[in-house]
Amino acid sequence: MTDVSMTVNGRQVTGSVEDRTLLVQFLRDNLGLTGTHVGCDTSQCGACVVHLDGQAVKSCTLLAVQASGSSVTTIEGLAPSATELHPMQAAFRENHGLQCGYCTPGMIMTAVDMVARHGADLDEKTVRDELDGNICRCTGYHNIVKAILSVAQSMQGSGEGQRIAAE
Amino acid sequence: MYQTEYKRAGSLDEAAQLVAASGGEGKYVSGGMTLIPTMKQRLASPSLLVDLRHVEGHKGIAVSGQTVTIKGGTTHAEIAASEELKGVAPGFAGLAQLIGDPAVRHMGTIGGSVANFDPAADYPAALLAMEATILTDKREVAASDFFLGLFETALDENEIVTGVRFEAPESSAYEKFRNPASRYAMCGVFVAKRGEGKVGVGVTGAGASGAFRWAEAESALSGRFDVSALDGLAVDEGEMISDLHGSSAYRANLVKVVAKRAAKKAGASGGPEVSGPKTPGGDAP
Repeated sequence: MTDVSMTVNGRQVTGSVEDRTLLVQFLRDNLGLTGTHVGCDTSQCGACVVHLDGQAVKSCTLLAVQASGSSVTTIEGLAPSATELHPMQAAFRENHGLQCGYCTPGMIMTAVDMVARHGADLDEKTVRDELDGNICRCTGYHNIVKAILSVAQSMQGSGEGQRIAAE
Repeated sequence: MYQTEYKRAGSLDEAAQLVAASGGEGKYVSGGMTLIPTMKQRLASPSLLVDLRHVEGHKGIAVSGQTVTIKGGTTHAEIAASEELKGVAPGFAGLAQLIGDPAVRHMGTIGGSVANFDPAADYPAALLAMEATILTDKREVAASDFFLGLFETALDENEIVTGVRFEAPESSAYEKFRNPASRYAMCGVFVAKRGEGKVGVGVTGAGASGAFRWAEAESALSGRFDVSALDGLAVDEGEMISDLHGSSAYRANLVKVVAKRAAKKAGASGGPEVSGPKTPGGDAP
């Protein structure tokens, strides 16, 4: 067992884990943060995407010990308060970017990362290219793409970009 | 995944010592984008993982004139996004952008990919075509002497890939034909037009012994940098991968088709308008 310590959604957490424990297991089983899902468990579907030091990564393909000392953001850490959604969450709801919702946490974490990197320059082709590692089996992606583009466009000429990027 | 032990190295020397002391059962891990899935499938079971991700000075891209040096710990995302690299070798940066997906590119590193030499890995095609040099903690090895066969390289036990170095070509391009399910290259071809009319052609994903240089295509395109120079050529079917995704005959044909697209993209004259395979998009990324 190894002691790990990291910042998760702004909160300092510690735990004792087997070295082979995956980050997603640590988040779900040790911390009870079950918003991050395990879909394929083979790094293809993207249901487990979280941010590691500000970048989207697949938490089923990363050991908890590798993330020790880092800052992790999960879907639970996006909303600014219990009554307010993050703009990307609101856009997914507004555009009906989900049906069963299983892929949604990973989709949203990927989407926030995408908008943080591309800002208002994000176009449809790039969104579709960069959803390469996130699989949805309900909606056919159309509304997911629409939701992401609506957030990117809302950043045009506003200071919104920094806020989303900074989470 | 079987039990393993994890250690974080602060320097390359420390990393090498840790793995050396593990009695042949230890492995380096960097991004872990291949190693961790392999361990989950129980196809690998190293007793010790030595993490190189926190080694100081193991990351970065340096461009000096036409000479490009990329350190082993540099991620695919950093390579794809480097303005400096895009300035001298946009074909190489473009290749990195086609590896995996954004989350994989944030973790996976060029050193890990080069050391693993997966038969479908993208970098080897480019490194072979450009006659790159592979840098290790012990020596420098020419790419063609480094990549030996399926998952087989010239690396000694415990030797670490510390980077790659190459001369940026006059023009270059990578064309990748992806397996629609796994997104790995069924065939990827890197064409590099180098100085004095020399052209390099590296092929990955198709060869049964891993990435290779297609010598006939190189001399044809060196003589005449026109897509039609490849018309009469063929790779040996017997040396291609044959699996449930495609027969060796299919792959042999694919090499030629993809090589033509890559040549066109790299600026060769002639040939049809480039319309690569539909990349993610449509309704099913």
